[in-house]
Amino acid sequence: MAETLLEVKDLKTEFKRGKKDWITAVNGVSFQVRAGEIVGLVGESGCGKSVTSLSVMRLHSKHNTRITGEVTFEGKHLLELKEPEMQEIRGNEISMIFQEPMSALDPIMRIEDQLTEAISLHNQGLSKSEVHARCVRALKLVGIPEPEMTLRNYPHELSGGMCQRVMIAMAMSCEPKLLIADEPTTALDVTIQAQILALMEQIRNEHNTGILLITHDLGVVAETCSRVIVMYAGNIVEEAPVKELFRNPHHPYTKGLIESVPRLGRRVRRLPSIPGSVPDLSAMPSGCRFAPRCAYARPECSARLPELVEVGPDHKCACPFYANVRKEA
Amino acid sequence: MGKYILKRVLSMIPLLFVVSILVFLFIHLIPGDAARQVAGATATAGEVEAVRKQLGLDQPLIPQYIQWITGIFHGDLGISYTNNTTVAELFAPRLPITIYLTICSITWSVLIGIVIGVVAAINRGRTLDMLGMLIAIAGISLPNFWLGLQLMQIFSVNLGLLPTGGLEDWRGYILPSLAMGAGIMAILARVTRSSMIENLGKDYVRTARAKGLPESRVIMAHAFKNSSIDIITVTALQIGALIAGSVVVETVFSIPGLGRLLVDSIGFRDYEVIQALILFFSFEYMVINLIADVLYALINPRVRYE
Repeated sequence: MAETLLEVKDLKTEFKRGKKDWITAVNGVSFQVRAGEIVGLVGESGCGKSVTSLSVMRLHSKHNTRITGEVTFEGKHLLELKEPEMQEIRGNEISMIFQEPMSALDPIMRIEDQLTEAISLHNQGLSKSEVHARCVRALKLVGIPEPEMTLRNYPHELSGGMCQRVMIAMAMSCEPKLLIADEPTTALDVTIQAQILALMEQIRNEHNTGILLITHDLGVVAETCSRVIVMYAGNIVEEAPVKELFRNPHHPYTKGLIESVPRLGRRVRRLPSIPGSVPDLSAMPSGCRFAPRCAYARPECSARLPELVEVGPDHKCACPFYANVRKEA
Repeated sequence: MGKYILKRVLSMIPLLFVVSILVFLFIHLIPGDAARQVAGATATAGEVEAVRKQLGLDQPLIPQYIQWITGIFHGDLGISYTNNTTVAELFAPRLPITIYLTICSITWSVLIGIVIGVVAAINRGRTLDMLGMLIAIAGISLPNFWLGLQLMQIFSVNLGLLPTGGLEDWRGYILPSLAMGAGIMAILARVTRSSMIENLGKDYVRTARAKGLPESRVIMAHAFKNSSIDIITVTALQIGALIAGSVVVETVFSIPGLGRLLVDSIGFRDYEVIQALILFFSFEYMVINLIADVLYALINPRVRYE
């Protein structure tokens, strides 16, 4: 098994609301990402997947956020690092790409300047021409046909797919060991989406980069990930290798998610959906947070929050009654 | 870029033409007979007619306009009948004073306004923010003539540090430019703050942080650079208020500048001086807006091709 790059233990992220009121967006999640592995982090909007990734990078505002737990990256405890030490890791050893490529690039800065900023920040002592050469190489790596021209462009002169390629090029320009991709394909159309995913796989294969892919799209997960983590309302509810998860989902929520994806060639009268919606962060149900929406819920589900337990090889689930779910499935 | 500037300069010509027509018609628009004003209250009807002829006011409008505008192109801005000199001679000592005062006011108010705005945005919701916005509210609410008088009371009368008026040396400029710039400083502080807060929440700022840039660089090179687009726009819009402010403040501090000249000329109905001053202020406004537009295009690549 490959070395563990990122180890998150019991991560809890709270946001300040009002004077003394804190709301919990991520409620103690633990997971790992290994080198050369693409891990999918899935869940509905508001389940805490983006908050988790931003907490790992420590990109939340210090003034209204409280992050506890442990984040270990190659033996370094990220939550305990000083801000300048963290800056050396960001963009250098852990990079991030975001959902809206058009707005994630500075609109009034040329692409070259934005790339240069990242490269020269983490590689001091490179000459101007060396930095330029690395910019060109970074764009070539992501399959941009005319790098010299693109470097002179402003973001508004590029398409969304091109912007996302530039974002990936920027993220990869310092050859990070871990890439966090927060919904990288959500804002792109399907053909571009496939290209971007292929590009991320290619980067993983060539550089042995660990990738944490955050998405709400199970299709994307099935296509690219080797392992999947399912989050619901700030908790991890299930974690399994991708094939196992799709073939043999244990948690009722995972099952519901998979069933609600339409499939070609399968006739259904009405697409099954999960009733209700994600609970509000300030009004979390007691016990299992999925219980109010769960078809298999029992009275004892509301008593206490179920723990994530091993249910098979590499397969963890946070539902003590998963056996019933499987039987009926 | 050169093409854009040229286009922008050329577009000033029709605007100046329209302004010159309005300024020219001004002499016919305001109540009262210009020829009688010039001739004086005791003049006979015959004397008034003679003055009318001398001023060319008996001719049709178009020849009058052509004569006037040709004169202006030759540097002949008209004659001040009250002072018995040419308008150009009246302008010569006053123009540098007003320009210097304007530059002083803009410089300090823009710098301080931006600093207050940025500091407030970074410390949003905390003491420094509150303090900054308190200063801004005060700057917007206090009328500049009142502020001028208060500054005079405190620094000149009570403390005796600065002169109450006049321009013996550079210290004479301090209080007037403080009074003139306070409003702009306040508006800029507020605009900078809200623009910075907006930009600091943008995705590209998060990207900049995710790259590992130090916070100071994230704020200056990304958020502030984007905010400067808003700041330039608002500054240019405030120039009108600044010119109006110079009229009041020069009067309060008895500074012999163009603003004071305007007030005096209006009092004496010295038409040709008023005309020349309005033309000058319009021109000043246009030039400053031109500079703002060029800066705007330099910073914002999205407007250059439009």
